[in-house]
Amino acid sequence: MATVPWEGPIPDLLRERLGALVLETCTYLEQPFAVLTLSAMVPALTVLRDELGFDYLVDITAVDYPKRTPRFELGYVAYSYGRNERVRLKAGVGLGESPQSAVPLFLGANWLEREVLDMFGIEFAGHPDPRRILMPEEWSGYPLRKDYGILAMDNGWVQANLGIESGQ
Amino acid sequence: MTGRDGTGLDGNEMVLNMGPQHPSTHGVLRIVLKLDGERVKSTDCIIGYLHRGVEKIAENRTYTQFAPYVDRMDYLAAVSNGLGYCLAVEKLLNAVATPRAQAVRVILTELNRIASHLLWLGTHALDIGAITPLFYTLREREAVLKIFENYCGARLTTHAFRIGGLQYELYEGFEQEVEAFCGQFLPKVDEYEELLSGNRIWRERLRGVGIIDAETCKRYGVTGPVLRAAGVGWDLRKAQPYSGYEQYEFAVPVRTGGDTLDRYFVRLDEMRESVRIIRQAVANIPAGPIMAKVPKVIKPAVGEAYVSIEAPKGELGYFIVSDGSTQPYRLRVRPPSFVNLQALDHMAKGALVADVVAIIGTIDIVLGEVDR
Repeated sequence: MATVPWEGPIPDLLRERLGALVLETCTYLEQPFAVLTLSAMVPALTVLRDELGFDYLVDITAVDYPKRTPRFELGYVAYSYGRNERVRLKAGVGLGESPQSAVPLFLGANWLEREVLDMFGIEFAGHPDPRRILMPEEWSGYPLRKDYGILAMDNGWVQANLGIESGQ
Repeated sequence: MTGRDGTGLDGNEMVLNMGPQHPSTHGVLRIVLKLDGERVKSTDCIIGYLHRGVEKIAENRTYTQFAPYVDRMDYLAAVSNGLGYCLAVEKLLNAVATPRAQAVRVILTELNRIASHLLWLGTHALDIGAITPLFYTLREREAVLKIFENYCGARLTTHAFRIGGLQYELYEGFEQEVEAFCGQFLPKVDEYEELLSGNRIWRERLRGVGIIDAETCKRYGVTGPVLRAAGVGWDLRKAQPYSGYEQYEFAVPVRTGGDTLDRYFVRLDEMRESVRIIRQAVANIPAGPIMAKVPKVIKPAVGEAYVSIEAPKGELGYFIVSDGSTQPYRLRVRPPSFVNLQALDHMAKGALVADVVAIIGTIDIVLGEVDR
């Protein structure tokens, strides 16, 4: 990824407030993002919201990289109505690690974090309602993990219910 | 917390299960309402009945193969979905659609916004008890769908755009047909207003119902007409223009009441503004090719991008991670309906059961997009 360093008041303030917990501040395709250590995520969102006017949490999502440690990359997208700017924050999350919930900062994080739990099995510490959201409650496994193959699932269902090979 | 009978309810409370098979939930939304008499104390949305694993499917298809799938999320605004997806992939490729393609994209997307709002208006009115508007709005929507059909053969899941531009050149008489639609459509909006805006039952039924203020909208991440009816004139077409929207003159309708009635007015005005945009765009569609130079096999460089557009329901975002192969490594859709639906709990608290129907309608959700 051919990134360009991200400079300006936002990365400067993030570095000033969080110091070495900010690992990287770059832009790719003119889109700025910061890589943080996981424990700095909620503090960084607080700085963004309270000091820089990022009052809209657009999205929370994760990406699974089975071969990396930590395995997951948790990503937040924040937007500021006043500045008309969008930034992304990213942090690595290991298997079994629990990032802090952002619900106290942004109510909208509630369902977004539930979806990350549902799809990746990342539990958020302090989440008010940690249930699955899209998959049925009794579902086992986390569909968006890379080791969750769609063919294996298809085979499993066809064998269990029809007693034949699925042929897919 | 626990009552005498062990249900967790006190003597006056009752739990009412609404949906998933309920005509006013606009699909398969289930809401568990906790009631105190006729008043709603809390709501719990149960979603996922329509979950098809779109994001997982994306990881197993090439960029080109996945394009038709996005139409099936918000199937009432398939064109917008397609535009967002194409823009996101083009961003990763560092490609820009040709001016001609951009203008046609704007025309079709705005037509789709009108179609989506028309369906919303008809069904919203129907939910509330006004049956007549549905027939009128579907009549006008039909004209839009006819244009889509003439252009690409499909009416609903259009798959109208391709990564880099358009699949089809415009058909003969497209401009005239669109212009004719604009001409006959504007008076129809006034007609809806005549039917509803001055109607005392309609006003009484909507005014002061489901109020959400700007601050709460922001905390929930609510976007689209719901946000604009709460007094925030924020529209991505203005704030961060894409596909050449900066060339067109249009206003962003804003109201300040934040109630169901104001959201109705915002959407009506948005349809009028869409007509304005369409007229400007159709009057001078640039000549030239419809496809930019993009490779036959789409293989974006390693990297990631988040691109969002103003869909009829709010901010529709696509986050794509490319590992340099022909398939997205990860594709995330940020659906406006999903995020907006979260605010239902806030809007419905303290409302009457009958108002819940109006509030679901006014958020304008599509379950295909909520559940993906």
